[in-house]
Amino acid sequence: MNDLLELTKQLIEITIVICVIGISISLLLLLYRALVGPSNADRAVALDGIGINLMGLAALLAIIIVTTKLNDVILLIGILLFLGTIAIAKFLEKGVIIDRNMD
Amino acid sequence: MIFTVLIPLLLACFVPLISKLKDKIHTGIFIFFIPFVIFLYYIQFVGSDFTTMKQTINWIPSLGVNFNFYLDGLSLLFVLLISGIGALVVLYSIYYLGKDERLGHFYVYLLMFMAAMLGVVLSDNIYVLYTFWELTSISSFLLIGYWHFNERSRYGALKSMLITVFGGLSMFGAFILLSVITDTTSIQSMIEQKDIILNSTYLPFILVLLLLGAFTKSAQFPFHIWLPDAMEAPTPVSAYLHSATMVKAGLFLVARFSPIFSSYEWFFIIVSIVGIITLCWGSYMAVRQTDLKAILAFSTISQLGMIMAMLGFGTDLAIYAAVFHILNHATFKGSLFMVAGIVDHETGTRDIRKLGGLLTFMPMTATLALFGTFSMAGIPLPFLNGFYSKELFFDSSIHLTSNGLSSFAEFLVQVIPYLAVFGSIFTFVYSMYFFFGVFGGKNQLSLLPKKPHEAPIGMLISPIILVLGVIVIGLFPNLVNGTFLAHAADAVKGTVAEELHILFWHGWKTPLIMSLTVVGIGIVLTLTRKKWAGVYRFIPGKLSLFKLYDIVLEKLNSVSKGITKQYMTGSLRLYVAIILGVTLTLTFITMFATGGVTIQFDNLADVRVIEVSVVFIMIVAAIGTIFARNNVAIILIAGVVGYGVAVLFVIYRAPDLALTQLVIETVSVVLFLLCFYHMPKLRKRDETKSSKSINIIISVGFGALMTIIGISAHSSKWFDSIADYFIETSYKLGGGHNIVNVILVDMRGFDTLFEITVLGIAALAIFSLVKLKKNKEAE
Repeated sequence: MNDLLELTKQLIEITIVICVIGISISLLLLLYRALVGPSNADRAVALDGIGINLMGLAALLAIIIVTTKLNDVILLIGILLFLGTIAIAKFLEKGVIIDRNMD
Repeated sequence: MIFTVLIPLLLACFVPLISKLKDKIHTGIFIFFIPFVIFLYYIQFVGSDFTTMKQTINWIPSLGVNFNFYLDGLSLLFVLLISGIGALVVLYSIYYLGKDERLGHFYVYLLMFMAAMLGVVLSDNIYVLYTFWELTSISSFLLIGYWHFNERSRYGALKSMLITVFGGLSMFGAFILLSVITDTTSIQSMIEQKDIILNSTYLPFILVLLLLGAFTKSAQFPFHIWLPDAMEAPTPVSAYLHSATMVKAGLFLVARFSPIFSSYEWFFIIVSIVGIITLCWGSYMAVRQTDLKAILAFSTISQLGMIMAMLGFGTDLAIYAAVFHILNHATFKGSLFMVAGIVDHETGTRDIRKLGGLLTFMPMTATLALFGTFSMAGIPLPFLNGFYSKELFFDSSIHLTSNGLSSFAEFLVQVIPYLAVFGSIFTFVYSMYFFFGVFGGKNQLSLLPKKPHEAPIGMLISPIILVLGVIVIGLFPNLVNGTFLAHAADAVKGTVAEELHILFWHGWKTPLIMSLTVVGIGIVLTLTRKKWAGVYRFIPGKLSLFKLYDIVLEKLNSVSKGITKQYMTGSLRLYVAIILGVTLTLTFITMFATGGVTIQFDNLADVRVIEVSVVFIMIVAAIGTIFARNNVAIILIAGVVGYGVAVLFVIYRAPDLALTQLVIETVSVVLFLLCFYHMPKLRKRDETKSSKSINIIISVGFGALMTIIGISAHSSKWFDSIADYFIETSYKLGGGHNIVNVILVDMRGFDTLFEITVLGIAALAIFSLVKLKKNKEAE
């Protein structure tokens, strides 16, 4: 039983390292897109992607340091990314974020 | 004694009330009694059995600033001059100033001045002395600018203000040094401790600063330039301030401190040289003037120079002569100014080229002027006081000793008698020029704005009394001698000397021969004045201290304007560069000078892959913002940095910070996008290579500085952190498991309160900015 637990622990650690490396590579590629991306829409999508990767990163960290305190962070990143992306998209589309009242 | 100083000030408050009545009764009639009563009060002290008097009234005892009044012979001489001539001047002004003038203003200023002057000569406390000294400068400024609608008046007032206040501040410096060295604020106790002062290393500073104050006030070369321009004041003011009282404040100061400095060689050298130069230059320049008051102004300068020189000589005889001449000069110069005022008043001009032959029109005035000018010239007649003091001056100048002095002082001793004679010759010339230019020769009535006639008797009373003074002192010089002047001379010397008898006839001695030489050459020069007047084209020619003053003032303005324009360009970029550059340099220098840079590698945590990759991404993104060429791109790339920071907070286990950072980052991105709609397109800045490289240097330098500060701060931990306390007590005392939040609202709640306030203010400010902009459009 203990061996099994030990094995699982090691397995998790290895998985986490692989995941972190994967996310890091993905972040770098997204960063390249954000820096170079020919249009601002490319950059917006890259930023969105970076955010989602950060969610993953935060979740992995929560597992590493064995805490539930980061769950709020993960959820918040999700909400804010959505809002941010919407705002950017609206800006790119219309040039304004908040429409004026029609009066 | 204090009441005599304060009463003029107190009564000055009531002058505006009295001046409402000026249509019925001239305001000056009320004012006249103030100096007159003060004069009567002080005249009782005159006598051979005079002893000094002291009175102290506390003002700021903890600082040693008290109204210490001290009446000795010197103060008494000045007090009597101030109050006596003050009364005469007020009497004269009653007839001189019409009821259409702003009499209230005039007499308020005059009483202010009188009180200040009495305060100067009676104060024993240096700080009180300085207070009254500046009050004389200010009231003199007001009086010179009395006709403020006149451009020349304003110019003269400003000039005298700048020069005398410059001197006053120097004097204040000397006073502070003196009081620090001697640990007292009383002049008399300083005189008692003169050895301390004379052995002090600051002695040259004290002397120079003190003399700057005295020389500027007493219009000594080269600070004499304000006095001729001060002649724009009403004539009673010129007679009072610029001949009899204020310009003698500098002499008073030198006389008051001469017991301390008289044994110091440089005191003799500086004061004598400046005095003699002023004497010669003033009398030489007086002949050139065409305005009556300008002649008198330069004459005052030269006579003050003569007194200053005698104070510098410092021998018993010279000091006695100086004190004597202070009295004599006040009598004849006061009367001459009043004569000039009468001539101006009755003919409408003061230009000596237009005047002439007024003897038959104004016989009384002419007689007064005759006594005044002849006394000023020092003509050997037994009823003119000017002769006695001039002869004593010659006598003292040839009896200077150079024992134990440096070779320069020895040379000076040799030269001084010749310079004295030279200056006196020109004194004679301008005195004659003044008298015969106005009253002699042919009349030129067609040039005069008014038909000349004799002045009203009231206007003549004051000069008559002054001229009577000239004659009485001239006939009975020993009348004022033992009872009055001897005490003054003793006060200057600091010791009691044996009494001196002034005789009209000494026998055929050197001073008399010098006097006769002066008269002889003077007559020749007066008669041939037109022939040699061309010399003024070469000396001073185009060079003049007056022009120098104007140029200095103008340069001061333009140069400082230029310097300010150099760095206050209105460019924010430059200001930020200056602020950062200065911070950078100063901090770097301080850090390296004090050995603040410490780098230690112990106490470091291990580096993990996850941190490295996040930081690497942030660095790349941060550098990317510099090179991005598109508004939105910059925002989006900066967003990467912001999220990176949030992840760092996560990595370092600060979930609350991470939450806040995320929200704020998103809101900022949205806000930036809001603004960018209204902002101009980012364009390529046209920077030169040099400004670009400066920017790079500053930014890289600042980054390096912050890095070094961060590393040094981490490397040098001097105290244990108090974090343990919070960890222990957050639940026990605060009742919460979340330590960050307990600190924020419980342990350090005050900071939170004010951060909330900051946010509130920011919100209100944004709201009002947006709203007010709309209102502005509506206007």
